[in-house]
Amino acid sequence: MHGHLPPVVARLARTLPLAPLELVAQRLFANALNRRPSLFARLGPFAQATFAIDPVDCPFVFLITPAEGRLRVRETLGTAPHAARIAAPLVVLLGMLDGTYDGDALFFSRDLVIEGDTEAVLALRNAIEDAELDPATVLGLPAALCAPVNRIADLALDGARRMLDAPAPGGPRHAAPPR
Amino acid sequence: MTARRSLELVCPAGTPAGLRAAVDAGAHAVYCGFRDETNARNFPGLNFDRAEMREGIAYAHARGARVLVALNTFMRVGAIETWTRAVDDAVAAGADALILADIGLIAYARDAHPRQRLHLSVQAAAATPEAIAFYRDRFGIARVVLPRVLTLDEIARLTAAAAPCETEVFVFGGMCVMAEGRCLLSSYATGKSPNQNGVCSPPSHVAYREENGALTATLGGFTIEQFGRGEPAGYPTLCKGRFAANGATSHLFEDPVSLNALELLPRLAEIGVSGLKIEGRQRGRAYVAAVVRAFRGALDALAQGRAPDAGALRALTEGQADTTGAYRKAWR
Repeated sequence: MHGHLPPVVARLARTLPLAPLELVAQRLFANALNRRPSLFARLGPFAQATFAIDPVDCPFVFLITPAEGRLRVRETLGTAPHAARIAAPLVVLLGMLDGTYDGDALFFSRDLVIEGDTEAVLALRNAIEDAELDPATVLGLPAALCAPVNRIADLALDGARRMLDAPAPGGPRHAAPPR
Repeated sequence: MTARRSLELVCPAGTPAGLRAAVDAGAHAVYCGFRDETNARNFPGLNFDRAEMREGIAYAHARGARVLVALNTFMRVGAIETWTRAVDDAVAAGADALILADIGLIAYARDAHPRQRLHLSVQAAAATPEAIAFYRDRFGIARVVLPRVLTLDEIARLTAAAAPCETEVFVFGGMCVMAEGRCLLSSYATGKSPNQNGVCSPPSHVAYREENGALTATLGGFTIEQFGRGEPAGYPTLCKGRFAANGATSHLFEDPVSLNALELLPRLAEIGVSGLKIEGRQRGRAYVAAVVRAFRGALDALAQGRAPDAGALRALTEGQADTTGAYRKAWR
């Protein structure tokens, strides 16, 4: 897969405690849900599902249950119950969150792996697509700061994607869309 | 109502954010549907509720784009009002046209809303001058969306015969080789269909399994495709699966390639086609914006007497398998 963090970063991350990461991630998750309540309507019954979000180049996995507003961080997925697993390098997952990437194209090019309940994954993908979760929204920043923060974050993420040889954003690579 | 253009770029909008992305990228018109079984893209998390439809139409109209509301599944006995109410709500929301397939629903829409512009969905599979003339003369259908299995010469003859009814053709996205609206493959494999439930190869019946780098895709328990390590994957649509038959393994019905008719735009304009449709309401807004921008650039160039910049789209489709489809009969 393209876009992997250098192994040295993963090794460093392994030495860090998970509790602070979980605290921060939980806060960001709560911001997203509070700012975009339409996420729940789009998820429908799948808001009850637990999704395993697996940044494959990091030594941890996120488990999110939207209906409960709950996010947990685990070292490995292990036997933790989940409806579906969505796995890709961290910068690719972040690019799906902010709409930089087309999920179908990533899947077709094998840069993204999904397992489990396909219907739940599709509901989550479509809900996130519509939510337009830019970095400032996820950070819970006031409106006045959104534009400059998003500009800086976009530049940083774009640079990271190029540095890590992540898939090119946007276009319909390897598109073999259904129907 | 927003004015139509002579060669209209009709773009997909699966969500309100997708609609804004398409309009901002230069769509002349967008097509979208309600979040239920009344449209042929009834997938989880996709589509518009009533308020979103009103807001989306207002957004598009404020920027000079039209909104075509797809109500292109076939009514189910005992639930007719689900479809007739959708017609009424789309008209009330300010839809520029309704895209319909069910002949009973077309009759209802024409009677209940005599001034509403109606388009005939590709799901109606009208591919002869006689069929199109019937819909045009009986119901005042203003535009027919042609199936994706016709050659350019056939489209030219149909466009001439259909007048004053306009024709619309697909120019980019997924292919469909079936008689659309009559395909029963999904029903056979899953019990759900694109025609009544709005789902071709429903995700509720799709499963992927990855073992040793190989990906197996199944639909309703049937193995549709196996992809080797690193091989581009696809959605397990029955007609695009790889099957063993007569001693050979192949994509028996259709290769999993995307339609790309950008280089044919000058000829389609010459023929007198009115609508150029981009497939993909299920695709992300990054994809939609990129494709719409490329096609809009090509159309603007064409309008100024310049050749469309095929390179713009080629850059987007690098590494992708695409085809001009049946238009040149290069694809089987």
